[in-house]
Amino acid sequence: MNRVLPVLTVLAGIVVIWYAAAIWMNSTWVFDQANRAGTTVSWAEVIPQTMAQDRPLLPPPHQVGAELWKGLFGQAITSKRSLVYHGYVTFKGTMMGFGLGILAGVLLAMAIVRFRVMDMSVMPWAIISQTIPIVALAPMIITLSSQMGLSGRDLPKAVIAAYLSFFPVLVSMVKGLRAPDQMQLDLLKTYGASEMATFLKLRLPASMPYFFASLKVAVAASLVGTIVGELPTGAIEGLGARMLIGSQFGEPLIMWAALFAAAILAGLLILVVGFVERLARKRMGVPA
Amino acid sequence: MTALWLAIGFWLAAWGVNVWLSGSRFGRTGPGRALVPILFGVTVLVLWEGLVRGLGIAGVILPAPSVIATRIAGSLPTLWQDFVQTILKGAIPGFLIGSGAAFLTAIAIDRSPFLQRGLLPIGNFVAALPIVGLAPILVMWFGFDWQSKAAVVVVMVFFPMLVNIVAGLQACDRMQRDLMSTWGASYLQSLVKLRLPAAMPFIFNGLKIASTLALIGAIVAEFFGSPIYGMGFRISTEVGRLGLDMVWATIAVAALAGSVFYGLITLIERWVTFWHPSQRH
Repeated sequence: MNRVLPVLTVLAGIVVIWYAAAIWMNSTWVFDQANRAGTTVSWAEVIPQTMAQDRPLLPPPHQVGAELWKGLFGQAITSKRSLVYHGYVTFKGTMMGFGLGILAGVLLAMAIVRFRVMDMSVMPWAIISQTIPIVALAPMIITLSSQMGLSGRDLPKAVIAAYLSFFPVLVSMVKGLRAPDQMQLDLLKTYGASEMATFLKLRLPASMPYFFASLKVAVAASLVGTIVGELPTGAIEGLGARMLIGSQFGEPLIMWAALFAAAILAGLLILVVGFVERLARKRMGVPA
Repeated sequence: MTALWLAIGFWLAAWGVNVWLSGSRFGRTGPGRALVPILFGVTVLVLWEGLVRGLGIAGVILPAPSVIATRIAGSLPTLWQDFVQTILKGAIPGFLIGSGAAFLTAIAIDRSPFLQRGLLPIGNFVAALPIVGLAPILVMWFGFDWQSKAAVVVVMVFFPMLVNIVAGLQACDRMQRDLMSTWGASYLQSLVKLRLPAAMPFIFNGLKIASTLALIGAIVAEFFGSPIYGMGFRISTEVGRLGLDMVWATIAVAALAGSVFYGLITLIERWVTFWHPSQRH
């Protein structure tokens, strides 16, 4: 209760501010209409009209909620208008990118920890790579892959998502694989353990907490990458594409519903990753 | 084909040099540490050039670095105009306003643990959301020019910054705070002299995250509508007409701008938080 109450208060505050902003922003349209008709409207008449416009500047929460409900449960989930369907397309892209990102991050971290030359030459570039706005590359990766004969947008999306999500995994894994201290490494040496055995029995288990901590950041980054990959060049499927369609056809409700669907997807992904993390920690005997 | 073999030869040679450098005593000195990554970067460029020339890859798939360099040199005014529009007018004001607003909010809720407990989980959650999705909405509100780009950046930057600053303000321990109160320090004094300096490592961590987000936001927002210049506009139109050398030139500028921006923040961090263990060498 001590933790829920403040969050609920802040949420309620956000909803109140949202309604106030919706009334304020949408009232311009109502006043314009009244001006054109040559009538004057009082605030008591304006407020109900700001709540139910077809194309509001800022849709009030209940309109977004209704549109979201319609998108999620209003039709069969295989329909092209269903947000579940578009969410699934985005989810698929996110998971592919997430998988690729984890693979790239872990392999690179292993090479960096094992070979000093890799550490010195690749690590600075890995850091620089994250200061490059990858989204600049997104439209190009998409055209590039279509010119190389790869139809479909799954791969380019996954590449963008992987690019954003490999970095947190890489940094944490490098830290984690180096976590065992000299004493432990020396002990394994006295056992005559091979390098492979040291890696499997000491370094890898020691890196696991770091690994799982990085997954939450990586999955969120991967979702951002997927949505950005769906935005630029005429995609028709996925939550990012829904936002683009809403923007191009001037349908703010579609945009807001897609945005909230993306937020729900992000929340679910983070919850699942957190659950897997807890499971793994328990399995490895870490006190919760 | 000779170009390809030459490039592969250069790659092997540079690799050998790097392996030797990283093992040698020179590799542990300052210049040695800088030389290895530079050599690696040069090798990538040479290999790229060799691959494109040796295998005859078409310019519409992957232009060679030399072609991109010529393009950069040939269209400096355009690139500069795009840079001013996207970075100087879109990203940087948005970055400053967003972090400034986050700072003021953090200070405002500093005295209310109730609000902090409420805002932190929400801030953490929102920081993980794909906020870029707000870009089309904000472009609709603020028009096509740089104001909407700055607005996208403000929203993207705000929550990661807020979370970091609030965490930073709680970083100093009980003992230090008690010491301040035994000296009869007021709230403001203890904020300025103890808690803000202690929060600086966190704030700079947030600023670094925000600097990359700012560039992403400013460029993505241009995909949804912009005047006829700006980096995002340039990229999306040049991709459309297969002018990939111009796309790469813009990407090179974006990469340079991003790295310089990040580097500047790191420099200021070193100067401000010289006392922090991570800065001692």
